[in-house]
Amino acid sequence: MGGVHPPENKFAEKCAIERLDSPDTVAIPLSQHLGAPAKVIVSKGDKVLAGQLIAKGDTFISANIHSSVSGTVAKIDDVIDASGYRRKAVVIKVDGDEWLDEIDRDATLIKECNLNKEEIIKKISELGIVGLGGATFPSHVKMMVPKGKKAEYLIINGVECEPCLTADHRLMLEKGEEILVGISIQMKALGVDKAIIGIESNKPDALAHLQKLADGYKGITVEALKVKYPQGAEKQLIKALVNREVPSGKLPIEVGCVVHNVGTALAVYEAVQKNKPLIERVVTVTGKSVKKPSNFMVRIGTPVSALIEAAGGLPEDAGKVINGGPMMGKALNDLEAPVTKGTSGILIFTREETPRPPEQNCIRCAKCLTICPMGLEPYLLAVLSDKKRLEECEKERIMDCMECGSCHYICPSGRPLLDQMRVGKARVGKMIRERSN
Amino acid sequence: MSVLTVSGSPHLQANQSVGKLMYGVVFSLIPAMLVSFYFFGLAAILVTLTAVVSCMAFEFLIQKYLIKGPLTVFDGSAIITGVLLAFNVPANLPLGIVVIGSAVAIGMGKMTFGGLGKNPFNPALVGRVFLMISFPVQMTIYPKPQAFNTALTDAVTGPTPLTVLKDGVSRGESVSDIMLQLPDSFSMLMGNMGGSAGEISAIAIILGGLYMLFRKIITWHIPVVYLATAFVFAGIFWLVDPEVYADPVFHLLTGGLMLGAIYMATDYATSPMAPRGMIIYAVGCGVLTIVIRLFGAYPEGVAFSILIMNAFVPLINKAFKPKRFGEVKNG
Repeated sequence: MGGVHPPENKFAEKCAIERLDSPDTVAIPLSQHLGAPAKVIVSKGDKVLAGQLIAKGDTFISANIHSSVSGTVAKIDDVIDASGYRRKAVVIKVDGDEWLDEIDRDATLIKECNLNKEEIIKKISELGIVGLGGATFPSHVKMMVPKGKKAEYLIINGVECEPCLTADHRLMLEKGEEILVGISIQMKALGVDKAIIGIESNKPDALAHLQKLADGYKGITVEALKVKYPQGAEKQLIKALVNREVPSGKLPIEVGCVVHNVGTALAVYEAVQKNKPLIERVVTVTGKSVKKPSNFMVRIGTPVSALIEAAGGLPEDAGKVINGGPMMGKALNDLEAPVTKGTSGILIFTREETPRPPEQNCIRCAKCLTICPMGLEPYLLAVLSDKKRLEECEKERIMDCMECGSCHYICPSGRPLLDQMRVGKARVGKMIRERSN
Repeated sequence: MSVLTVSGSPHLQANQSVGKLMYGVVFSLIPAMLVSFYFFGLAAILVTLTAVVSCMAFEFLIQKYLIKGPLTVFDGSAIITGVLLAFNVPANLPLGIVVIGSAVAIGMGKMTFGGLGKNPFNPALVGRVFLMISFPVQMTIYPKPQAFNTALTDAVTGPTPLTVLKDGVSRGESVSDIMLQLPDSFSMLMGNMGGSAGEISAIAIILGGLYMLFRKIITWHIPVVYLATAFVFAGIFWLVDPEVYADPVFHLLTGGLMLGAIYMATDYATSPMAPRGMIIYAVGCGVLTIVIRLFGAYPEGVAFSILIMNAFVPLINKAFKPKRFGEVKNG
């Protein structure tokens, strides 16, 4: 159902992942995941090692945060993060690159995993693994199947349907074995015997590579998916792979599925087999006028400006810098914002690409409704939320909107449909919370 | 350092605009326009030009001096209204009447409601129906089609096939006798028959429709369902008594049904939004068209049936929602 076909522009798909040296200082935000911010456990002046726990996630939906570098805690203060708001972060002055002893930094593949279910989940939780596809939902929470529900399938998201981004693509090509071991560990933790890796057919090399490797693992299959946006959205992916529809307002477990990103599978491997917490990730830096489009392995907390520098510097004609892809990414208001667990790409638009087209009357062409992957009526929801008719918004299922942006993308009148719906969603969300109080 | 923009996602916009869609429709109208110029000659060219120019002029004047809002006269929509209005009137209609029709179409049909996208009724049809009621004589004298016609006012005139049928049936003649006086289906398919300027050639209109489908300007729902409904509904009567009711192919090819189903009923602003709603609306159009043709006072019913169904669109939009994701529980 629905979907759009924005130009793919995957400039960096042939660029192998490059390791970026740690910068002089890193700022590690305490809120890099969905849920409550972690509670800081270090203080100014403390010496920390790479991989050391610096903040604890102590509520059910939260995640631990570790230092990504070795050095001294310079301050614990508000920094502007990728959301544009000031949020608490641990700022660390880097000194050398010493890691915690228990972290195995050797590249040898370890296939065997003798831990049981609970031990695996405990490790994933302790080492701060969150979903790396963008939503940064704490991974250990997803692995605890609620009572009365049963997981049948582990679905691995290698779709990367956002234009421009190539981080997952490169990971699949370069870390295929590790990803597959990670998947089998996740299968064990979930108690499922079937895992499906979904990859869009515009990545034939990754498809072929994982297909070949998957032959060596029991229960793991690889499926090619049609290229369309948002094919990688959780509910759409489940529908495409196992033909089940997650009911409105429910989680994938409702239809027996748990979805993880390929990057998360790798992080799980590294956590469980190598004791490595989530302190670095792959970030694509790209754009039409970027000199050297790249995929960097960077430490969490590195300022975005350092990544742009490494990719050839901010182009003369830069008009917008986006954290993420062009469809769902957030425009940055400060290039010193740190890379977090959820940063999949830094996209630089030229001034030409930046402006929005002028807004015109809605001509009722129904394109927004035809392409909406959730079967909503964006033209109507935009008007209803503008008029603050919140009850009607709720009835027309505004909360089902996942903010994929397809409606705004397709609108020939250039109407900011998603902007209006976001406001509506926030208001309806508040209304629902107040009702239940 | 340069100044960076911050705005909400998405940051990409499809290569689409109102103008592109509207000029796409205008482009798709070219075959039908050529057929009308071929059969009705200079007269058809003049009527079309007059309608287009006056529609654009009225839109401009109203926006500039009455609404004092932004000018959208070049977005192509006024051109479409002009062309469709011209297609819906006899090619020898006095040009003054064409100007009046354009004023009503754009003024009453479109701008009073706030312009493009806000009008409940198809503007070209509003203009056409206004003219039918106000100038019943001039609106029912149709020139006879002649290849490479250069005549302006002294053209030979003749009735449309639907008028011949209606009159014949009311005189008690059998349909098979009436059909002998009419062009064969092939001629009608090509457009060699009496009728409004642009409605005559089914084949040229279908061509334009296919182009619009290909460019994704319209979807198949409304035209296909409208035509299919009219065909089946007319077919039922024909099967009951072929001597009183004409065959369904005849109905499809005459009286602007093609033009109506492909161009007038698919007008964005005045047709439903969701596919299911489009189907209901198109069924309504098809049934009403045949009911008016067979039992009404007018020989043809496309314009009225579309306007009637236009009025139901807000209700249809409320009642027929798109299929929501996650509505049906399964698995």
